[in-house]
Amino acid sequence: MSDSHAVAHGSVAEAHPHEHPSYQRHHFETIEQQFDTTNFAMWLFLLTEVMFFGGLFTAYLIMRNWYYPAFVEASHQLNVGWGTANTAVLITSSFTMAMGVWNAELRRKGGLVLCLVLTFILGLAFLGIKTIEYHEKWEKHHIPGIRYSESSFLNPASDPEVHKSYPDDKPLAPDMAAHTEMYFFLYFAMTGMHALHMIIGIAILSFMIFRARAGAYTTGHVTYVENFGLYWHFVDIVWIFLFPLLYLISRHQ
Amino acid sequence: MNEPASHEPENQEHHIVSPRIYLAVGAALLVGTGLTVAVSFIDLGVFNPIIALAIAVVKATLVVLFFMHVKYSTKLTKLTVISGIFVFLALIGMTLSDYISRAWGRW
Repeated sequence: MSDSHAVAHGSVAEAHPHEHPSYQRHHFETIEQQFDTTNFAMWLFLLTEVMFFGGLFTAYLIMRNWYYPAFVEASHQLNVGWGTANTAVLITSSFTMAMGVWNAELRRKGGLVLCLVLTFILGLAFLGIKTIEYHEKWEKHHIPGIRYSESSFLNPASDPEVHKSYPDDKPLAPDMAAHTEMYFFLYFAMTGMHALHMIIGIAILSFMIFRARAGAYTTGHVTYVENFGLYWHFVDIVWIFLFPLLYLISRHQ
Repeated sequence: MNEPASHEPENQEHHIVSPRIYLAVGAALLVGTGLTVAVSFIDLGVFNPIIALAIAVVKATLVVLFFMHVKYSTKLTKLTVISGIFVFLALIGMTLSDYISRAWGRW
C-alpha cells in the first residue's frame, strides 16, 4: 500500500515499514490525521444541528416578544421541579459519557461498558420525566391543535394548582389567551425535537453497549465513541438553553 | 518514524482529558443549574432572562471546551466551532433587525 508515498521518496518509505494500526484508512498519512478529519466532519454535522435548533430558538424569541403576556402565563404551567431534575439527570449523563470516552481511550472495556450503560439509563430517566410532564399537559388539555383549552388562562382560578403558585396571574383577554397555544406549540416542538435526538442517541447507545461488550472501541480506535460523545454533549447543550428559556425566565413577570 | 519533518501532516497527538477535569466540569454544571434555578426565584425584572442566559452560555462553554475537548483540539476544529457560533448569531441578528424595524405582529 501507499505506493505514491514510495514513489515520492523511495528510500525513506523502505526505511519505515507500515506500522500503523489496522483501523487507519489508506488515504490518511497518520492516525492523528484520520482522527482530526473525522472530528472536523462531526463538528460540521453539529453545526447543521445548531442552525436547526437555532431556528426554533429564534421563533421562540420573536413569538415571546409579540405575545408576551400569553407566553408568561403559559410558561407558569411548567413544573420547575421536574425541569430541574431533568437538567441534573442530563448533565450527569453527559459526565458518564465523557468518562466513557476516557475509558475507551485507556482501553478499559469494563469501565466503558459501565459508563455507556449508565448514560443509557440516565437518558431513559430523562425521557421518563419528560413523559410525566407531557402526560400532565394532555390531562390539562394543553396539547396545541389536538386537545387544547384556554380555560387556565381565561380564568386562572379554574386551575387551582398553578393559581396557588402564581396568585398574581390575571385572566387574559380572549385574543391574548388564544396565543398561549403558540407557547405550547413551541414548547412541544422544541422539547419534542430534543427528545427525538435523545431517542436516536439512546438507540445508538444500545448498539454501542452491544459492540463494546464484544471488545470494540477499546482497541485504540475511539472515533465512534468520541464522535457519539460529541453528539450526546450537543444534545445536552440544547437542553441547557431550553431549560431556562422555557421554565425559568418568566416566573416573576 | 524517521520521516523528515516536512512530510509530517500538521496534526497533534490525541490528548486524553483526565477524569478529574470531567468531574470538576460536571460539578460546575450542576452548581450552575442550582444557581440558575435559585436566581429565578428572585424578581430581578429584565435581568432574570439576561442572567439565566449568561449562566446557560457559561455552562455551554464548559461543555464545549472540556466534555467536547475543543480546548485540546486542532486549530481547524476551534475555527469551525467559532465560525459556526458566529454565523448562528449573525443569522439571528439579521432576522431580528427585520422584526424590530417593522410593524410585524402589531395587528
